[in-house]
Amino acid sequence: MDLKEIIKRRREKFGDDLKAIKGKKKGLPTPEIPSDLFLVCPKCKKSIYKKDVREAHGVCPSCGHLYRLSAVARVKYIADEDTWEAFDFKIARNNPLDFPNYEDKLQQNAEKSGMHEAVLCGRAKIDGTKCILCVMDSHFMMGSMGYYVGEALTRSIEKATKEKLPIVIFTCSGGARMQEGMVSLMQMAKVSGAISKHAAAGLLYVTVLTDPTTGGVTASFASLGDIILAEKGALIGFAGRRVIEQTMRQKLPADFQTAEFLLEKGFVDMIVDRSNIKKVIGKILEMHG
Amino acid sequence: MNAWEKLALAREATRPTSLFFINSIFDDFLEFHGDRNFRDDPAIIGGIATLNGRPVTIIAEEKGNSLKEKSVRNFGAPHPEGYRKALRLMQQAEKFNRPIICFVDTQGAYCGIGAEERGQGEAIAKNLEEMMTLKVPIISVVLAEGGSGGALAIAVANKVMMLENSIYSILSPEGFASILWKDSSRAEEAAGVMKITAQDLAELKIIDEIIPEPDGGAQADPETVAKSVKNAIADSLVELCRVSPTKLADMRYNRFRGF
Ligand SMILES: [Zn+2]
Repeated sequence: MDLKEIIKRRREKFGDDLKAIKGKKKGLPTPEIPSDLFLVCPKCKKSIYKKDVREAHGVCPSCGHLYRLSAVARVKYIADEDTWEAFDFKIARNNPLDFPNYEDKLQQNAEKSGMHEAVLCGRAKIDGTKCILCVMDSHFMMGSMGYYVGEALTRSIEKATKEKLPIVIFTCSGGARMQEGMVSLMQMAKVSGAISKHAAAGLLYVTVLTDPTTGGVTASFASLGDIILAEKGALIGFAGRRVIEQTMRQKLPADFQTAEFLLEKGFVDMIVDRSNIKKVIGKILEMHG
Repeated sequence: MNAWEKLALAREATRPTSLFFINSIFDDFLEFHGDRNFRDDPAIIGGIATLNGRPVTIIAEEKGNSLKEKSVRNFGAPHPEGYRKALRLMQQAEKFNRPIICFVDTQGAYCGIGAEERGQGEAIAKNLEEMMTLKVPIISVVLAEGGSGGALAIAVANKVMMLENSIYSILSPEGFASILWKDSSRAEEAAGVMKITAQDLAELKIIDEIIPEPDGGAQADPETVAKSVKNAIADSLVELCRVSPTKLADMRYNRFRGF
């Protein structure tokens, strides 16, 4: 939808007296446009009505650009209505390095994101099939994995093993939580170990790689799904782009470490449109039921 | 000595590397190559040998010594095929009921184009998952630098030991400072807070045993240190070989489950 359309809609809703929407040249918004109603798409640069983005589950209605979804929005979209039961593990946050200001930083992130930590875990039905669902949230410390995230995922996987349920994990993470040092690194082994037991019980594990999935999360549970789905255009990789460019002393092509790149290299089963992802997971669960 | 001084010692060019320890500790080492899929990665050495008469499988990250060798071995930074070779040989060890001894010595898994194209993340992840299930004893010894997932990929062990002046970290202190403080020149300060020394990690129970080094580090007296490493491995093997195969996997799982 272009700006004219948006203005037309807004006029229909709010009348004609909104000075704010007198678009200037190139259809760009004037600074007066209330920022809580519009956003400028980073890809197509068009001004987009936020509500339209929200209703499309974070997809730009103009160019299809995918916005990073909060875990709450993701769960609302993926879990069947009234089936989500969040786990309340009562896991304490910890600061094994006594890293300066880390507790404050966690608190700020909690307030900003509305999340207790960087992952939501619970039981749900997806298109009628029961499963354990874990969703990471990049709005909390870039979705990084420290003790809390590792422990919550491990307990969720253990529950899935015990209850003989499939598990679906949506990954999005900058990797290991640096502020927790080696304790973060150990989470990679811990979560992978839990996955090995779930696998040995013959149960299904589906990972959905979303933007961004990198570092220690890619190098552990994100890559271990029986079936690995990815969202279009998502950045997925082990090392950071800048680090690779420095190591190789060359510029990387634009599509390097995208979902499409991983599909071509053989590390992803399917790239799925966000609008279709619930249906695809539902089908997969149903066929393994 | 503080973490920064230890790091300097661990990075010294004269410090003995994996091959020296392999040749000093074991008999009849036979090196096996390749991941049976893409190529042989010289940054990881694998093979079989005997320790006090008992056959074992050896997996080791090797940085190299001469400049030429360092370059061939990619300064000890493995590619995915290196980790896949390691996994192949570890699974072979399980088939023939051989204990696995791993030597960790890398700044990290290689961050390059080919490494990404061939699934560096997937290769490390597979090792973490599979090592959890192996029913033979696994002992990992950090010799100098254990960097991040690239080190952990051969350190999901029943026993993890470190040489007294080695370090084991989530990332190099330079990288840590540059990520968290946007200033890599604060690496020394980072080393101070990261808890990367054998002593710090023993306290956190992330490692089980510290193998002593003389003043000046392992490089001051490599033979004596090799003997200490040999004894530490041999003692642990005696202990671990008494444990049943299923119990060994459970022990390892529980070791990491506790973190
Ligand atoms: Zn757009």
